[in-house]
Amino acid sequence: MAIETIRALLEQAFPDGDVAVVDRTGGDDHFHVMVESGAFAGLSLVEQHRLVNRALADPLADGSIHELRITTKG
Amino acid sequence: MTLRDQIRNVIDDEPVAIFIKGTPDRPACGNSMRALQALWNAGAPITAIDVLPDPQIRQELSSLSDWPTIPQVFVKGELIGGADITEELFASGELGRKLDEALGEEREQVVKTVSVAATAA
Repeated sequence: MAIETIRALLEQAFPDGDVAVVDRTGGDDHFHVMVESGAFAGLSLVEQHRLVNRALADPLADGSIHELRITTKG
Repeated sequence: MTLRDQIRNVIDDEPVAIFIKGTPDRPACGNSMRALQALWNAGAPITAIDVLPDPQIRQELSSLSDWPTIPQVFVKGELIGGADITEELFASGELGRKLDEALGEEREQVVKTVSVAATAA
């Protein structure tokens, strides 16, 4: 999965957000995503990560993201 | 008992349940190791469940918890998060506070493993 596709999915889910994606191993399947968005206001970390996981549900389900690290900021 | 019920029971009954790939002695994935390490350093008792023996374990777990990835950490039945959140909460000191609150400060730090398996009815 290309890093651009991940970024596009996140930008679509968090239109106001600041999105950064790092390919941790250079293999196009271990990613670290960092999202800063007003959508996280008042949410627990679990709920914040759920929003990110939902935005990436398809690539997570089909295995094109093998490993995902998430950092969120409200 | 269905696999789903077994998973639910472990989550509800164990003070700290962590679903990982592999075992605490031999974690088969870096993220499982990171979460175990953070729990250990926070002084948590650890009940580990390996999801690798059967892909159905992970499917049932994720549908129960609404959380797609492994590891998953539960304290007193409540989902705390995966490796990133567990590390983040440990670094901020919040994990220790949460454990103190849920389990008391004088808790015994035991590590054990529990297995769940689909059984014939």
